[in-house]
Order: sequence, then structure tokens, then C-alpha cells
Amino acid sequence: MATLLDMLVVLLVLANFRLLGSSRLLACIRTVAAQAVLLGATAVCANWAHLEGELVLIVCSSVAIKAVLLPWLLRRAAREAAVTREVEPLIGFSLSLLAGAGLLAVCLLIAAPLRVPGAPSSGLMIPASLFTILTGLFLIVARKKAVTQVLGYLCMENGIHAFGMAFAVREPLLVGMAVLLDVLAAVLVMGIAIYHISREFDHIDTDRLTALKE
Amino acid sequence: MTFLSVLHLLLALAGAPLLAGIIHRVKARTAGRRGPPLLQLYFDLGKLLKKGAVYSRTTTWVFKAGPIVGLAAAVLSLSLVPLGPVPAVAAFPGDLILMVYLLGLMRFVTVLAALDTGSAFEGLGASREVQFSALAEPALLLGLGALAATARDMSLSGIFSGLSLPAAPPSAAPVLLLVSAATFIVLLAENARIPIDDPNTHLELTMVHEAMVLDHGGVDLAAIEYGSSLKLWIFAALLSGVALPVATGSSAADLLLHLAGVLAVAVAIGLVESGMARLRLLRVPQLLLAASVLSLLALALALR
Repeated sequence: MATLLDMLVVLLVLANFRLLGSSRLLACIRTVAAQAVLLGATAVCANWAHLEGELVLIVCSSVAIKAVLLPWLLRRAAREAAVTREVEPLIGFSLSLLAGAGLLAVCLLIAAPLRVPGAPSSGLMIPASLFTILTGLFLIVARKKAVTQVLGYLCMENGIHAFGMAFAVREPLLVGMAVLLDVLAAVLVMGIAIYHISREFDHIDTDRLTALKE
Repeated sequence: MTFLSVLHLLLALAGAPLLAGIIHRVKARTAGRRGPPLLQLYFDLGKLLKKGAVYSRTTTWVFKAGPIVGLAAAVLSLSLVPLGPVPAVAAFPGDLILMVYLLGLMRFVTVLAALDTGSAFEGLGASREVQFSALAEPALLLGLGALAATARDMSLSGIFSGLSLPAAPPSAAPVLLLVSAATFIVLLAENARIPIDDPNTHLELTMVHEAMVLDHGGVDLAAIEYGSSLKLWIFAALLSGVALPVATGSSAADLLLHLAGVLAVAVAIGLVESGMARLRLLRVPQLLLAASVLSLLALALALR
């Protein structure tokens, strides 16, 4: 079980690198959805010995929302705004990959003193979750298209979820659901905002919004 | 060093050109053609060996030394490579670095010979080759480093016998998986296979590796072709050891199993080549960087 858990966490990290290195929006949306599924699998794996209905409920609902509903919404937004790829990111894809490697190294360094004795999950969980959060932040800063920035936000949320999982044996139902609801509402609003931005201005490059005049 | 190690070396020396034949056969079959005979590269080498070489007046001794030194480096490097749990002919702590840099020496003399011709195309090919291998080298070295850290051994033979399944620690699985993926990408890049370079291209502008050896002929070209097939065998043997970390207990069965592994790698290359188009030149560094990232992650896992 420990090996399987390690594998899942490694896949989570690799998904982050895919997000950093891919220019295609649809591939990125699929990767974020895959991350949510991976997190669900990690939660089930870590608590395999004492699986409860409550936990299964949280995992199922969060996977349903983050891997099915939100990707569908984002795909729709991307289609309506007619964007398929991130054309000119502020930081190029090769450089993003390098930056990702650097971020991963930093996360491994700062996670060493954070190790919790007796935590149920893999020792890699904390650096991996920190790395997911930082990847999300990096995407928000380094990409221009609004859809990719929303993806960065979702990736960050995945990271926070993973971070919680690394510490708490079982997150209380209420907290888990509240965070999920938050994200759902935020992404709904962002999806609508993207649609309106693209309808008004024929593009969703957020850096050009700063040049708006009355 | 055992009898089987020597047998592996002899089998590799004799069988390396067969890998190219297998790749061609797989590509032909997936495309619905019959393809050239499996032993085509042997026939080519035999034909080239019967020919004399023509040297341009602008070339110097560097051009003549290139293929010979390259082939010697490839043979030396091959003698350091174990086939799964079957140890290499020579093994000592730190031989993994020597192996990588013998391959580096092989590339270096090929590049020097290419530059010695003074031809623009060869310079172009050499510059691309050096650019790609500079990016592939960290991926390979970091990957081997990750394996060494997992097995707590600094010689290739020790690493591969320590990581084979009954003896391997269970935490080695993610490391092995990551390093296999990285090694496969490096294999494709170092052996000029399709997503990075097209070995069958006929247009000098799109060539990478082939552009460097345009001016070689006869025996020299045979040495280069044979050296590249040895290099392919080296990487296939490494990949088979990483991706198939199984020791059956009897050394003869290990040898057979991993020989099958080497042939399977050739089939996998053929399948990748028939399924993919070549990457744009600008995308290649990104793929190689991804391989380095995989190796780096493996190293982080191994050192944890």
C-alpha cells in the first residue's frame, strides 16, 4: 500500500509538470481533472484500513465536482471564447519546466522539518502538496489566458486539499465540503466572467485588461 | 566477472546490428510492408568493409581518427554495462560515470571529425547533436545517480543486481518507473530515433546525426554505423535492466530474460517510430528537459 501511495504522489507531481509544460488548454484541463482523481485515490489508499462512509462521500463528491463538473464548465468557457492554446505565455514552457524543477527542490527542502510523526500518508505528500500549490500560483502569474489562470487556481486548490490530507487523518466533513463549495462558486463566477470578457473584447488575455479606458 | 558476462559482451558485439533490423522490420510491418531483411545492417557493414575510403584534401588526421576512437569508446563503454543482474565484464565503484563519459567521448570525436570536413551541413548537424546531447546527459546521469542512491552502490553491476526484484527494497518501484521513462527518452535522443531525429531522412537540412557522417565512407562509415548500433545496445541493456528489474535466481535464465528485454526495447522503438511524427526542432529541448525532470524527481525520491 505504501508503494502504491508513493506512486500516486509521484503521478501528482508529474501532473504538475505536465501543466507547466503544455500549451494546450484541453490537455491542461484534463490534467487538472486527473489530479483531482489522483487525490481521491490517495485519500482512499491512505485510509484503506478504516474506510468509512463519510470519507467515501467526501471523496466521491469532490471527485465529481473537480473532475467532472468544473472541467466541463471550463471546456465550455474555452470553447465559447474560442481559445485552444496558450500562445504567448509570460514565461516560456521550457523555462516553466525548469522553474518547476527549482520549485520542487525548494519544496523538498522546506518540507523536511514539517514531517509529522505518525501521519498516515506517504512522506512525500507534504512536499508534493506544497509543490502543487506553488505550481498553481506559478500558472496564475506566468500565463495570460484567463482559462489557464483559473486552472492554476484549481491546481492550487488541489494542493491545499493534498496538504490537508497530509496532516489530518480525516478532514471533518464540514470543512471539506465548505472548501469544495467555495471553489465551485469561485469557478462558476470565473467561468461566467471569462465568457463575458471574451464576448466584450474578443480575447481573454488578462494582461490587456489593464489597458482599458472609460 | 563471470563466464556469462563475457558471453553477454560477445553476444552484444555480434548481435547489436540486429537491433536496427528489428526496428526496421517492426516499422515495415506496422505500415503494411514486408521490409528489408533482419540482417540488412550486417550486409551493409560487409559491403562497406570491402570498400576503400575517400578523403577530402581539407581533412586532417582528426577526420581519420574519429571513427576509430569512437568505435573503441563504444566497445569500452559496452564492457562496463551489465545486462540486468548479469554483471559487466569490468565493474568498479564509479564506473557509471566512466560509461556515460565514454559515450560522451564517442560523440566528441564524431563531432570533431564532422567539423574537420569544413562542410556547412556537418557543422549544422554537429551543433544540433551537441545541443541535444548536452540536454540528454543530465537526464541520464541524474537517473543513474537515483539508481545508485536507491541501491546504495556506486558500480553499475552492483546497482542492477541490488535492484532486481527479490532483493530490491519496495520503495524502489517509483524510482525505477521514473528512471525507465527518462532512460527511454534519452535512448531515443542519443540514438537519433524518431521524435528527436529521423534516421531515414534524405534532406540534409532536417538531419541531425546523419548530417555529421555525410563525408565518411567505406571502412570509416562501417565503424561509425557499427559504433552506433553498439550504443543502441548499451542503452537497450540499461533500459531492460531498469524496466525489468527481475532476477530469476539462475544466471543463465537472467541472461536469456534480459536478452529478450533488449529485443523488446528494439520493438518498442519501432512502435514509437511508426506511431509518432518527428517533433519540431524547438520542441526537442522541452522533451529532454522533461526527461531531466523525471530523473530529478527520481533522485529526490531516492535521497528522501
